[in-house]
Amino acid sequence: MRDDIKSWNRLPAVRHQHVLDIQARTACLPLPPGKETCIPFGNGRSYGDVCLNPDAAVIRTRALDHMIAFDRERGRITCEGGVILADILDLVTPQGWFPPVTPGTRFVTVGGCVANDVHGKNHHDTGSFGNHVRSFELLRSDGQRLICSTEQNADWFAATIGGLGLTGLITQVTFDLLPIANPFMVTQAYRFSTLDEFWHLNARAEREWPYTVAWIDCTRQNGRGILFAGQHAPPQPELPVWKSRHRTVPVDLPFSCINSLSLKAFNEIYYRQKLPRDRYVAHYVPYFYPLDAIENLNRIYGTKAFYQYQCVLPPQVSADGLAELMRQISRSGMGSFLAVLKTFGTRPAMGTLSFPRPGATLALDFPNMGEKTLQLLNRLDSVVASAGGALYPAKDARMSAAMFRRGFPQWEKMLPFVDPRFSSGFWSRVNEPEG
Amino acid sequence: MSNIVIFGATSAIATACARDWLAAGHNLFLVGRNADKLEIMRTDLMVRSTQKQTIATATADLNDFSTHEALYAQAAQALGAPDIVLVAHGSLPDQKACEASVELTMQEIRTNALSVISLTTLAANLFEPQREGTIAVIGSVAGDRGRQSNYVYGAAKGMVDIFLQGLRNRMAKASVTVLTIKPGFVDTPMTAHIPTKGVLWSTPGQIGQGIIQAVKRKRNVVYLPWFWRIIMLIIRSIPEAIFRKLAL
Repeated sequence: MRDDIKSWNRLPAVRHQHVLDIQARTACLPLPPGKETCIPFGNGRSYGDVCLNPDAAVIRTRALDHMIAFDRERGRITCEGGVILADILDLVTPQGWFPPVTPGTRFVTVGGCVANDVHGKNHHDTGSFGNHVRSFELLRSDGQRLICSTEQNADWFAATIGGLGLTGLITQVTFDLLPIANPFMVTQAYRFSTLDEFWHLNARAEREWPYTVAWIDCTRQNGRGILFAGQHAPPQPELPVWKSRHRTVPVDLPFSCINSLSLKAFNEIYYRQKLPRDRYVAHYVPYFYPLDAIENLNRIYGTKAFYQYQCVLPPQVSADGLAELMRQISRSGMGSFLAVLKTFGTRPAMGTLSFPRPGATLALDFPNMGEKTLQLLNRLDSVVASAGGALYPAKDARMSAAMFRRGFPQWEKMLPFVDPRFSSGFWSRVNEPEG
Repeated sequence: MSNIVIFGATSAIATACARDWLAAGHNLFLVGRNADKLEIMRTDLMVRSTQKQTIATATADLNDFSTHEALYAQAAQALGAPDIVLVAHGSLPDQKACEASVELTMQEIRTNALSVISLTTLAANLFEPQREGTIAVIGSVAGDRGRQSNYVYGAAKGMVDIFLQGLRNRMAKASVTVLTIKPGFVDTPMTAHIPTKGVLWSTPGQIGQGIIQAVKRKRNVVYLPWFWRIIMLIIRSIPEAIFRKLAL
C-alpha cells in the first residue's frame, strides 16, 4: 500500500495497492496481479481522481519522456505520452512553433492532454487539444497496439480523446503545431465591473483576439473582474529580455492561507491592480503560465487541501446560470482568488467524453472545509444541472453518477472501449449504481 | 565542442546529462544494455539537437569486461578521441537478498564496482598520454559509510570512491580530471519502489545539472545536492561503538 500518489489538489487522499512504471514505449504494459485494475498516471496535474485508482494500481508514464520526430517545416511533432508540454515548448518555440492548445500549466503530459482533451484560452478560435491530434498509439492490457487517427481505428480515436485514460495507455502522440514569429505575446487587459459588461467585452475580444480569459472576483455577486486578451506577437525589431524566476512553497502548510478575510483582500488588490492602458508585449511563459512560477503552489491550501470546480453552461443560459453561480459562491464566502471565466467556441470536440462544448466555463478552487464545502458544491451542481451544463472530469473529485450522465449523455458509447483492466477513482464513482 | 562517452546512458541521471550536453553542442557516444531503450534515446537526442552533432550508440553488457576496450575504440571511431567519460551504470541491490546469497553479493559488487574499475582504468590510460580529459563517475553517499540497510551497495560504491582517489592522485601529473559524484536520494526508476519521497530527494534533472557544472569546473568530489556533504560528515563522525547500534 502506498499513499504517495496524489493529484494536483491532493484530494481525495487515497492509497494504491501497486505503483507501476512502464519502462519504455516498446515495452510491455506492466499490469497489477489478478483482476486488479490500473490507470495511467502522468505528471499529476489533473485534479481529483481521474488519475487515481484507490486500492488498485496506477501506471506511471514518466519514463516515456522521449521525442520521436519533429518536422520543422510543417510544424508537426511526435513524442511519447509522458513528455511534458514544457519540454515541447523548449524544443519548438525557438524554431517558430507553439503547441496548438495549452492549459494553464506547462507541466502536463501530452498523454494527459489527449486523455482529458484539454482546452486553453484560445478555445473559441482553435478548439481543444484533440482537434490538433493527428494520431496516437494506444497500448491495451492484452498487449494490442492500436494506431488511432480519424482514418484508422477512428472509433478508438474518438473514445480515447477525452477518454480519461480508460481505453489503454497512450504511448505516443503526433500533433500539429501553431506557427509563431517569436516567443512573445501581445496582450491587453480590460477591467469590467459587472457580468453584463463582461459579456459585451468578451464578445468583442473574441472577435479580435485568439486568446481570451477573464479573472473574476468570486466574493462579489455582480461579477467584477479583468479580461486578458492576447495574441502571438508579430515579428519584432527588438525583443524584450525575459528571465524566468523560480519560487516555491517549500513545505506543506498546516493551515490554509485562504480564508474569507484573505480572500476578500486578495480579490480587492487583484481587481485594483494597475493595468497597462495599451497593448503590451509579454513573454509567453508569464502570459500562459503565471502559476507555474511558484512551485508547489497547491500547498497554500494546507493539509486539508482543496477542491477545484469547473463547469460549462450552454450559451443560451450562460448569463443567467453564471449570475446564479456567482450569487451562490459570493454568498458562501468560500471560493478563492483563482476564479477563471472563459467562453468556449463552436468547434466540435473530437472525443466521445470531451468536456469542451459551446458555452461559458467557470473554474475556481475551494479550500476544503469539509461538509460545508461539499454542500456548496452540491448547490452549484443543481444550478449547472438545471441549466443543462456539465462538470469537467479532469478537475473533479466528487461528482455523482447522475451528474456525470446528465453532462455526458454519450457516456454509454464509451463503454465498449474501456479496457477491462483499466479503471479510476472517478470512473468507479460515476459508474456506481444510482440509489 | 567535446566528445563525451556515457556508460549506462539510458539511466535517468545519464539521460538528463546527455540532454544538457547535447544542448551545449557536444558529441555523444552512448553505451547501454537495452538496444530498444538506446535507440529511443538516440532518436530523442537527434530530434532535440539543433546543430551538426554526432550521436552514436553501442549496446553492451558492462559486466563483460572484455568488451570495454573495444567500446572505447568504437567511441573514438564514431566521435574522434574522447574528452569526457561519464560512468553512470549501476544497480541498487536488494540488501536482504544479498545477505542470503554470496553469488548475488558478488554479482552486485561486479556491476557496481569492478566494471567501473575496469572502465576507468582504460579511460585513464587513454587520457594519460593526451594529458587532458575528464573521468566522471557516479558514486553514492552510500559509499561513505557502511550501514546495515545497504552495505553491499555501499561497499561497492566505497571501493569505487577509494579507487578514484588513487586514480586522481596518479592522474594529477597528467592534468586529467577524476571526478567522483556522490548523489544522495534520487527519484529514478532504480528507486521507484520506495514510497513517500521527502525533502532529501532530488530529481534526475537536478543531479544532471550538478554533474554538468562539476565537469565544467573540473571538480574532484561533489555531493549532489551540496547538503549531503554535511549530512555525510555527521554520519562519518559518529563513533563506531555508537554507530553499530543505529538502525540506519
